[in-house]
Amino acid sequence: MTHSPALASERPASAPPLKKRTTPMKRKQRLAAYLFLVPFFIVFITMLVVPLVYAGYLSLFESKLIGGDVFAGLANYVRALTDSAFLAGLGRVGLFFIIQVPIMLGLALFLALALDSARGRGSKAVRLLIFVPYAVPAVVATLMWGYLYGPDFGPIAQISRAVGLGTPDFLSPESILGSMMNIVTWEFVGYNMIIMYAALRSIPAELYEAAEIDGAGQFRLAWSIKIPAIRPALMLTVIFSIIGSFQLFAEPSLLNAIAPDAISTSFTPNYYAYNLAFINQELNYAAAIAFLLGVVIAIVSYFVQLAGERRERVGHAERGIEP
Amino acid sequence: MNKKARRTAVALVTGAVSIGLLVTGCTPSSSDESTQESVSQDDIDTAMTTPTKLTFWTWVPDIENEVALFEAKYPAIDVTVENVGQGLPHYQKLRSAIEAGEGAPDVTQIEYQYIPSFVLNNSLLDLTAYGADDLSSDYVDWAWNQVSPDEEVWAIPQDVGPMGNLYREDILTAAGITEPPATWDDYAAAAKTVKDTTGSYISNVGATQAGQMIGFLWQAGVKPFGYDGSETVSIDVNSDEAKKVADYWTDLIQQDLISTDVDFQDQWYQGLASGKYAGWLTAAWGPIFLQGTAEATTGLWRAAPLPQWNAGDEVSGNWGGSSDAVLASSENKIAAYELAKFINNDEESAMRLATEQFLFPPQVSVLEDPAFVDQESEFYGGQKVNELFAEISQTVDTDFQWLPYMDYVYSSYEDTVGTVIADKGDISGALDVWQDQLVTYATDQGFTVE
Repeated sequence: MTHSPALASERPASAPPLKKRTTPMKRKQRLAAYLFLVPFFIVFITMLVVPLVYAGYLSLFESKLIGGDVFAGLANYVRALTDSAFLAGLGRVGLFFIIQVPIMLGLALFLALALDSARGRGSKAVRLLIFVPYAVPAVVATLMWGYLYGPDFGPIAQISRAVGLGTPDFLSPESILGSMMNIVTWEFVGYNMIIMYAALRSIPAELYEAAEIDGAGQFRLAWSIKIPAIRPALMLTVIFSIIGSFQLFAEPSLLNAIAPDAISTSFTPNYYAYNLAFINQELNYAAAIAFLLGVVIAIVSYFVQLAGERRERVGHAERGIEP
Repeated sequence: MNKKARRTAVALVTGAVSIGLLVTGCTPSSSDESTQESVSQDDIDTAMTTPTKLTFWTWVPDIENEVALFEAKYPAIDVTVENVGQGLPHYQKLRSAIEAGEGAPDVTQIEYQYIPSFVLNNSLLDLTAYGADDLSSDYVDWAWNQVSPDEEVWAIPQDVGPMGNLYREDILTAAGITEPPATWDDYAAAAKTVKDTTGSYISNVGATQAGQMIGFLWQAGVKPFGYDGSETVSIDVNSDEAKKVADYWTDLIQQDLISTDVDFQDQWYQGLASGKYAGWLTAAWGPIFLQGTAEATTGLWRAAPLPQWNAGDEVSGNWGGSSDAVLASSENKIAAYELAKFINNDEESAMRLATEQFLFPPQVSVLEDPAFVDQESEFYGGQKVNELFAEISQTVDTDFQWLPYMDYVYSSYEDTVGTVIADKGDISGALDVWQDQLVTYATDQGFTVE
């Protein structure tokens, strides 16, 4: 389930259209517009809406190995809200979001600003290098990091032993979440950096000239002009990161093969739903978990966006600009 | 012609009925199916000369060779072999196909512990009417009990994994141990000597490897699981006997005499090859597997029976092995049964499975064939490893059962016992948690727990 929250909520409402009698010409145009939309709606409804509704319908039943399907109402949801495994998984991805996302976005912002202010030679190559990890499939990335983390033959452990620091255990139950944050950061810094960089490039140059005349240095420029100017892009990366962290699946599922003792079947809510469906054969409960996860993501996204908007309003007010 | 048409009609109707039952979620009692009459030789001859297409799901490599023998004998039958994944993915696809009511194969490979989960929803064909009963004496008793715990016969045994002890003779000798440990007490003492003098672990217990631990329990006479074929299960993974086994391993692991690396991972392969582990308590499929994994150590390994709980006993457990079952939804039941039977019962086919695919045989004829048992293995210093495991196979406890939801049993083991072993914690305590989870799941799923 992907929730795409409305990002451009501050667009001024356009003036109400004047009441006019629709001419036959207009009606024809409208009909054509709807006809053009039909192919999209067919795919949208059959591939997205119907499965979603079906999953919602499934989540209201209880299927037992003995006794079959029974209508259960909201029992699956009640069970999920009291399921310590689900709540612990939710807590884990919450922690992941709180720690990993600021690090990743901070790093991405720093790199984007650095690249933007040094538009000289080589910056294209650097940009590409930072972006490359995003092009590596998550499966390959996780397997590669699994090797790098290996306690006996992994290069990190070997170097650490060579300089006398002992063997770090990246795959133990205590450190696996941190190891996973590192993998995800590595994968997505470039992606977020590109979004921010593109936004930075679209800032009109006159602003910089004006700032220079006022005597602003590079840091002042970044802080007072660039970052406020790309706020919508930043918000976009935050929302994407919320969805990404809460839906964490590929990394735990692949690392489970390497460190099954550290990754439980309910490590993240998404991974838990998968295991419920395909190992426990509790398809209906898995559907309920997936729905709840969607709701949680929507709520968190909403509040983060709300907080962002408020800060923007406060910022405008401080600088004496009419919102 | 008329006869055939009627049979097809019957098959279609039973197919439709079983789909209908699946949809409504009713579970017919198994007595409905045992009313069917046995199949006559005439029926078999007709079926085997009528052009027929069969689908066979298996992950045994090169099984096409054995299937070719079958097709040569019955030119009218055309078999398509499909590998849809090994282990869990295989069962998931099989379950989806059964639930969808189409796309399921006629014959499928199935590990012994998963048979009950397919008996549960009446997906497997009872083979007694097709003459499978007559095959019981062709197989070692305990393997036959795995496919036929009661009167019905659900599958034909393909291979088994009676457990033994593979060890590095050079490392044990260096530690002053000349005989493989005969009892678990000896084994614990040897573990200390080996660790102190050579630095190697005497063996590794895979933290999350339920198969190995269940094999140990099997050897100790523990009966953790039971299933009556319909709605009643018994679960007893934390009995006193089970805890005796658990405490034994807890002690060795906490003294750092046994390592707990996750098995079948890079780390573990390297450990076997580098001498980090001086042994591997494994099944009869282990010797050949090890040979491929630790080539550089050729000639240094030996095989022995598992250490015993009581001096003088000769008891072992089993780890792994598969059978071939016919699905109840198959439209060509006779031909499908003949295929499952031929692959695992025809002398040439069974012999080739044992000597070319290295599946350890449950067939008495192969176990007694000098061409199999007299093979000397260079990797094991010329030891007759097959002969040793053939003897061990006679000592496996015969009535070990499984639960009809082993997928969950294993994943729950990983979460409860696996994490505790990795943490060098108290395995007995973890067994209690495991027991709770298994009972809760069974109750939630509507089983009666004894």
